[in-house]
Amino acid sequence: MISFILIVLASLFFTGIINRTKSITSGRKGPGIFQPMKDIVRLLKKGSVYSKTTSIIFQIAPSIYFASIIMAIMVIPLGEYKGIISFEGDFVFFAYILGVGKFFMIISALDTGSSFEGMGASREALFSMFAEPAFFILMGSFALLTGHTSFQEIFASMHFGPYISYILGVLATFVLAMITMIENSRIPIDDPKTHLELTMVHEVMILDNSGFDLGMILYATNLKFAMYGALIANLFMGSFPLYLTIPFFFGIQILFAIAVGLLESFTARFRMNHNAQYILALSSVSLLIFLGVLVILGQLN
Amino acid sequence: MVTIAAFLIIILLSVALIPFVNVQWKGMITVTAVIMVAVLSSIIAFGVLSGTNYEYLFRGSLATGRIAVRIDALSGLFILIINFTFITGAFYGLQYMKAYRTQKSNLTLHCISFILVQASLIGICALQNSIAFLTAWEIMALSSFILIIFEHNKRETLNAGINFLVQSHICILLQTLAFIWVALKMNSYDFNAIAIFSASGSLLTGVALFLCFFAGFAIKAGFVPFHTWLPYAHPVAPAHISGIMSGVIIKIGIYGILRMVLLIRNDYLLVGYVILFISIVSGIYGVMLAIVQHNLKKLLAYHSIENIGIIGIGIGLGCIGIGKGNSVLTFLGFAGALLHTLNHSLFKSLLFYGAGNVNQSIHTMDIEKLGGLGKLMPQTSFLFLLASLAICGLPPFNGFVSEFLIYNGMFTGLPGSDKVLLTWIVSGLFGLALIGGLAMLCFTKAFGCVFLGTARHQFSHTPREAAFGKLVPMYAIAALITAIGLFPKIFINALSRPVALFTHINVDAYFAPGKLPAGNAISMIGICAAGFMLLVGLIYFIRNKVVVNRPVEFNTTWGCGYVAPTVKMQYTASSFIRAYRKLAEPVLSIHRKKKEIKDVFPKGGELETHPYDKMEEMFIDYPLHLLKAFFNRFTFLQNGNLQFYILYGVVFITLALSVPFAFEYIKTLINFLNKL
Repeated sequence: MISFILIVLASLFFTGIINRTKSITSGRKGPGIFQPMKDIVRLLKKGSVYSKTTSIIFQIAPSIYFASIIMAIMVIPLGEYKGIISFEGDFVFFAYILGVGKFFMIISALDTGSSFEGMGASREALFSMFAEPAFFILMGSFALLTGHTSFQEIFASMHFGPYISYILGVLATFVLAMITMIENSRIPIDDPKTHLELTMVHEVMILDNSGFDLGMILYATNLKFAMYGALIANLFMGSFPLYLTIPFFFGIQILFAIAVGLLESFTARFRMNHNAQYILALSSVSLLIFLGVLVILGQLN
Repeated sequence: MVTIAAFLIIILLSVALIPFVNVQWKGMITVTAVIMVAVLSSIIAFGVLSGTNYEYLFRGSLATGRIAVRIDALSGLFILIINFTFITGAFYGLQYMKAYRTQKSNLTLHCISFILVQASLIGICALQNSIAFLTAWEIMALSSFILIIFEHNKRETLNAGINFLVQSHICILLQTLAFIWVALKMNSYDFNAIAIFSASGSLLTGVALFLCFFAGFAIKAGFVPFHTWLPYAHPVAPAHISGIMSGVIIKIGIYGILRMVLLIRNDYLLVGYVILFISIVSGIYGVMLAIVQHNLKKLLAYHSIENIGIIGIGIGLGCIGIGKGNSVLTFLGFAGALLHTLNHSLFKSLLFYGAGNVNQSIHTMDIEKLGGLGKLMPQTSFLFLLASLAICGLPPFNGFVSEFLIYNGMFTGLPGSDKVLLTWIVSGLFGLALIGGLAMLCFTKAFGCVFLGTARHQFSHTPREAAFGKLVPMYAIAALITAIGLFPKIFINALSRPVALFTHINVDAYFAPGKLPAGNAISMIGICAAGFMLLVGLIYFIRNKVVVNRPVEFNTTWGCGYVAPTVKMQYTASSFIRAYRKLAEPVLSIHRKKKEIKDVFPKGGELETHPYDKMEEMFIDYPLHLLKAFFNRFTFLQNGNLQFYILYGVVFITLALSVPFAFEYIKTLINFLNKL
């Protein structure tokens, strides 16, 4: 329960910090860190415009997408405190429930009958599909390392050995951070600030959404950021008492947000047609983690 | 005995009756016979699943020996799956075939074959005598051939049917070889002889015997590279036959493999690795090809190969579990495989019935021409969406439960394994995750392009929702799909007895609280699925309450300010998968015809893509081509000259007459061969 509340709190300022970092690095003052939330609240109060081609799918998809992310957040623990839901193999549920949301966003984009949105949907489907093996191999390595198969047990019993463990932690952070960027369609996979429909991924899928639905989708993106931030935080949080865990959690969330902001400021986006290969190559980083685990367990002698 | 007699009498009576009644009654008799046969066999199957095995020995004849009818938990489970699919298929078919009422004799044959396929499938599950088993298998192969070629006036239907017939018989040939091997050594046709034979021989004999059976059953099941008949046979058959074929006929191959795992003692670890490898390849290859298909039913057919791959991954893991003595891995592997067998029979038949509804209302299966059917056929599109989610393995439906079991098996198998096993499990994880992702790409394409957006060509008449009678069996399947998703524990408990055959653990142990492997997780995913549905309902309800008084406007889709978008500006199925096609092109074999746009005033640019099966090219077409080239060398013999033909006759007679002179040599040759 505690992790759920913390993630929701973190989601309120996460994108704000990214935007602020980007403004500062580009020499602007930038909006306050709660500006994205204010925009979302404004959207929630607005009326909607629907395309004439759309059907009921288009109207229900944002709700399902939002529900899927809420459900996924419930699985995430905080150090040794369980999430609302916790069972053996809960990360499989985590990955697949996010898949449900994605499925509906993709078909709702196809529902508009637009060429732009079809393009975005096609890219989203392809990119997120290639990210899946990386996540499963990563979790498999941790399951092998710790002998447990649920988020909470894995994170609670992950004891890092002397040297190689740090590399493992860093590599896992890299994989999770890249999955975050893929799932949220940010640089280096996609540029949310682009103004040309042809070069967008996620933004172009939701061109026709408006009002309350758009507000939900945008807030879901914030939640997703905070959710992956929490996963990364969990990699490094051992079994601290609560008064240490909470500041630590927010510290990592803020650090992650600043890192994302810096990454977006100083790197260019990949070529669109090379993205898929790049994302599939992420699995090889996961395999490196797997090899690292083998080394720790002494299986490679 | 009474049950078996009643079973046979019903079949013979209905088959005898069908030719003599008018068209309406043919269908009614078929449905009645199917239900009666189903009820009879299901009573036994339910009994078996609750713990009383069924056995009856016929005296048989001199040729066959005693014929054993043995129904254990594994057969019972498959009989139940067969019966459910056949009942829904019969009801759906009753409505589907109304369009063909004028073809009386054709319908007669169709109805008779339908009953025979069901009966022979149940027979295959129950009979444990090689000769009786092969006879039932042959009846099944021939009558499903007749079912497939219902529209035999079309050339492609006949081609597909003959392809099916040839490959079915290769499958029978391999089984016959294996059965003869056992019968030669043991002098008995009973299945128990197989167990005794493999127990007495070396492990290597067991592996060889198992692989021989495996190759035979794999053709029926559609494992790569034995899958090539499948994508031809499914699209040309009537929808209910495609559903049944994909739902249960290919599953009988899985039954055969599982039966042989039970009977043949062999090197389970090695066999497990072999099955795991073939299954991962089948899964990924099947879905990779499914994505590029433009024919909806062909797409679904390739998806069957993918799902057979997932079932195979479960069987492979289970075998590895037996080999390693890891009973949790064995349980999760086989339970996942068996549950996925049930699940796939449900959602795949639902998808085929959905495709059938589309086909009968629009008369095309070309995805590039469809679109916007969601508004015209809301119920069909709802059911198709539900099945699509289930086949992608997404919660809250049944596909997730079985994939979850297999994932869980892999994760619990990880700790404490050696390097080799670890590598296999990680490649299994990679494969299963990739299959899941690719399936999502495939079904967002299929559902999105068929049911959403606007129609991509002018329909000759407005498509209408399918008749109520067609939708009822579909809703029944959908209800079961949802039930498995929401209450997985009940179904896993029902599977404990068949799985216990493999784990050799007393069944009652599983029913004790806390003893079922991953029992807590299984009940949790049911609760989570229900929770997710409630959450979606709640959020949608709140959204509707909030926006009820807001201004709502309907306008054209955003097109950068362009306000008169045409249908042609829509994204097509080919463009949806273009990025994927570019990536996968090296692995697949796609024939392309392209005419670029060149001049200042462009005209007539076009692009055609024809996906073809690279495995088929390599394993079927190329050897056939070589064979043809080889035989072509002998065409000079057939030169049309009567004198030459007489010469051939004389040469043959001379050779035949000279056999006694060479008798000694032939005898030594045969002796030499015998020594080998």
